[in-house]
Amino acid sequence: MKASDLQELHRWASKASEVAQEYGLDCFPQEFEICDHEQMLGYMAYSGMPSHYPHWSYGKQFEKQKTMYEYGVSGLPYEMVINSNPCLAYLMRDNSMLLQVLTVAHVYGHNDFFKNNFTFRHTSPNYTLQNFKLHADRIREYIEDPSIGIERVEALLDAAHALSLQCRRNLSIAKPSEEKQRERFVQQFIQNSQDEFDEADLERALRKVPLEPEEDILLFIRDHNHNLESWEKDVLTIVHEQTQYFIPQMETKIMNEGWASYWHHTIMNKMNLPQDMHMEFLVRHSQVLRPHPGGLNPYHLGYQVWNALRIWYDGSLDAGDLRKDELQLYKAMKEDFEIRDAVPPGTGSKTGHEMMFQIRETDRDVSFLRQYLTPVMMRELHLFEFENKKSHRGESVTVVTSISEGDEWRKVKKSLLANIGTASLPVIKVEDANFNNKGTLLLRHYGDGRELEAEYARRTMEYVQRLWENPVVLSATIQKKKSLITIDEDGKAKVTIDE
Amino acid sequence: MEFVIREWQSSDAERSDRSAGDRTRHRYKVRQAIRDNIADIIAEESIIGQSQDRVIKVPIRGIKEFRFVYGDNNNPQVGEGDGNQQPGQVLQQGDKSKDGDGKAGDQKGVDYYETDITLEELVDIMFEDLELPFQERKKLRNIETESNRKKSGFRKKGIRANLSHYRTALERVRRLQGNKRSISELEKQLEQVRTLRLKESEGSEPRFKLDKEEEYLLARLEEAHGLQEEVQRSRDERIDENDDDTAIRFRFRESDMRFHHHRNKVRKESNAVVLCIMDTSGSMDTLKKYLARSFFFLLFSFVRTKYDNVELTFIAHQTEAQEVDEEEFFTKGQSGGTYISSGYNKALEVIQERYHPTLWNVYAFHCSDGDNFPNDNERALKAALGLCEVCNLFGYGEIKPNGTRSYESSMLNFFTKNIKNDNYKSLLISKKEDIWTSFRDFLKAERRES
Repeated sequence: MKASDLQELHRWASKASEVAQEYGLDCFPQEFEICDHEQMLGYMAYSGMPSHYPHWSYGKQFEKQKTMYEYGVSGLPYEMVINSNPCLAYLMRDNSMLLQVLTVAHVYGHNDFFKNNFTFRHTSPNYTLQNFKLHADRIREYIEDPSIGIERVEALLDAAHALSLQCRRNLSIAKPSEEKQRERFVQQFIQNSQDEFDEADLERALRKVPLEPEEDILLFIRDHNHNLESWEKDVLTIVHEQTQYFIPQMETKIMNEGWASYWHHTIMNKMNLPQDMHMEFLVRHSQVLRPHPGGLNPYHLGYQVWNALRIWYDGSLDAGDLRKDELQLYKAMKEDFEIRDAVPPGTGSKTGHEMMFQIRETDRDVSFLRQYLTPVMMRELHLFEFENKKSHRGESVTVVTSISEGDEWRKVKKSLLANIGTASLPVIKVEDANFNNKGTLLLRHYGDGRELEAEYARRTMEYVQRLWENPVVLSATIQKKKSLITIDEDGKAKVTIDE
Repeated sequence: MEFVIREWQSSDAERSDRSAGDRTRHRYKVRQAIRDNIADIIAEESIIGQSQDRVIKVPIRGIKEFRFVYGDNNNPQVGEGDGNQQPGQVLQQGDKSKDGDGKAGDQKGVDYYETDITLEELVDIMFEDLELPFQERKKLRNIETESNRKKSGFRKKGIRANLSHYRTALERVRRLQGNKRSISELEKQLEQVRTLRLKESEGSEPRFKLDKEEEYLLARLEEAHGLQEEVQRSRDERIDENDDDTAIRFRFRESDMRFHHHRNKVRKESNAVVLCIMDTSGSMDTLKKYLARSFFFLLFSFVRTKYDNVELTFIAHQTEAQEVDEEEFFTKGQSGGTYISSGYNKALEVIQERYHPTLWNVYAFHCSDGDNFPNDNERALKAALGLCEVCNLFGYGEIKPNGTRSYESSMLNFFTKNIKNDNYKSLLISKKEDIWTSFRDFLKAERRES
């Protein structure tokens, strides 16, 4: 970048930062790093981390993205922000000045969100970069250790990656301690046995591991497979910790992107851009926030919900300040809230921004959309529900099942919430580490009507078996029948109907 | 709010190929996946008998990253529309890969990979870990060929023809650079010697040594200055004042000379011939011929990876044998009964005439459905034993597509019972998928013995 360009960028960035502060954004110190497209592709493959442990899947990711970029299938993201303190973001060297400024403003939105949203409280942002570096160093050490080597580390990482998302999703809900679990178990036991309570039976029952179904599968295997070597336990811990770090980002994708988009829009409008830059801004802004027909653009959806919130609360204080189109939306929402008797709290007493700052702290995508994605907005966005089905000729077809008209919006919303963030991932828990007294690990899928993809389930169970080193069983519903997927010691799979 | 902007650094950018290691590892995995699926690929009809640089598309399974995911069953999704969607409307037919849903990572996707490789690469992969049977070949058959002369480094002595101009010029420039340094170095040393010498009395032993040393240093210094003067002269004589240093001239010395060094690589293996013998009697139908052809293809590809010069000969037989070209061999149907011995005798004849075993490594392979006239069996056995004598490897493959196996007319059992030579191998092929496995076993068995 030319020195004069760099100076100009500095000037704009200071201005954006001032405006952000005036609006009350509360950020970590911010670092921008200017990089070229090769570096950007590299950062993308390793979730933006300057240092990350090696694994072939990142090489695959890189190649895929590079190919897509080179063939023009997809561009590179304008921004890449890391949840860390100081917050780290990358700016692409070859982007236009306007795009750099837009990115800077957008990044401030993310930075504020990372610092203030409750889901990120457990991510220790002060140590993000160090932690990833330490993890990388340790894994490299194991790879270079002649008694371990790349083959074993890689095979272990393959298996750990397959299970990494099978963990607790909401870290704000404390995990019950062992005593607590025991207490609950005894109470439950006494309640169930009623008159025929027998001390010896209880003793026997208490030997069950785990007492309550356990969601952190990697950690459970780490703590209960005593054949694992210490480096293996360490690798499982590393994969688990890194996943936990990323889960809040999965859980707030829509809110977070919407929040950042709302603020880049607001900040940029306040900055008195020269006319040519302002024109480019309008073009870029609508590119980022365009709806993806048939899909969901988190930037668009998030932005629309935040913006509707501002309109509603500001309008409830003084509807006269709203633009004409905003007023129309306000009226539609008012009518809907009154019919459903669902006027949200704070109406008429708080400003839009006050409420928005409060919500960005206390919600995550599921609760945010459940409360604030109104039927009016759903219709506005033309949200519809669809399903992939087999036609009578056996072809797979995609069919619209509901649209957001009338009362159908509830159905659409339910499906939407089931596919947001980790809600789109099956919940599978460890039920018993000594199933049938044979050292078999029993897992159970806690279904909500959706079925596991059988082939994927079988292949993933093979990884579970590799880690557990004894037979493993998964109880799940397949083709509407309760089934058991069993992998024996030799890795052979068997699917049986569970009576 | 505080912020810093870190400028892009070219040095960082050079180091930025951080994914190189993981990419190599990924490609290695892809190659491995190809190897694992080789049986399926070999069974593909289209690749047999194609030219070496034809590109094959190989679908690879096995580098997917599996997780627990939901399938399509009872799993409705939500999307943004344009307001024209109506319940019951069909959006898409056939398999789809929807883009832009922003959570591709969690969904099962069409994640299998198609990679392009050439037939040659495929053959490479196929034989990467297989060894040629009978590595210890008879001495007489090894024709030592100096197949290639490889450059290997540089020497200070050599013949003029091998002079490396570049390296020699480099050495000369290096000498000049070294000279500049050594002048100051020598002067420093001379100074030291002179100060030391002042302290010693005339005629003493140390004084004598120091004198000698001074003499030596002076001589070297003179030499060094000589070179410097030479350079200076050439500089003064320059026609163009603006000419830069590269134009200065000074003499080459003997010690500057560098010569290419060559090493002759002697290859032991050289000529090989693959004799494809096939039963083309009425009972050999298209499927059987296809299976035979696949096997010949493998054998030929394999032999070719090991020898400089590989020839192919096709012998077709029913009750009589004749040498034919490839086209005819695989396509022309004949009818009539089978005398296997005729094919073997023809092969022996061809070997005697053109591929004498002292000069050629001979691989003979015979494919038949085993339906021989019983009265020919003894003659066939005798000829087969004759082939074992002259061939590196003689193989017999009996092709019995599923369900056609008939024990009473099997040559396989008859040969296996009567031929005990180490270089005789037999196998049974009943379906496409057998080809690769039986071929591998065929070579593996050999390796165990050797």
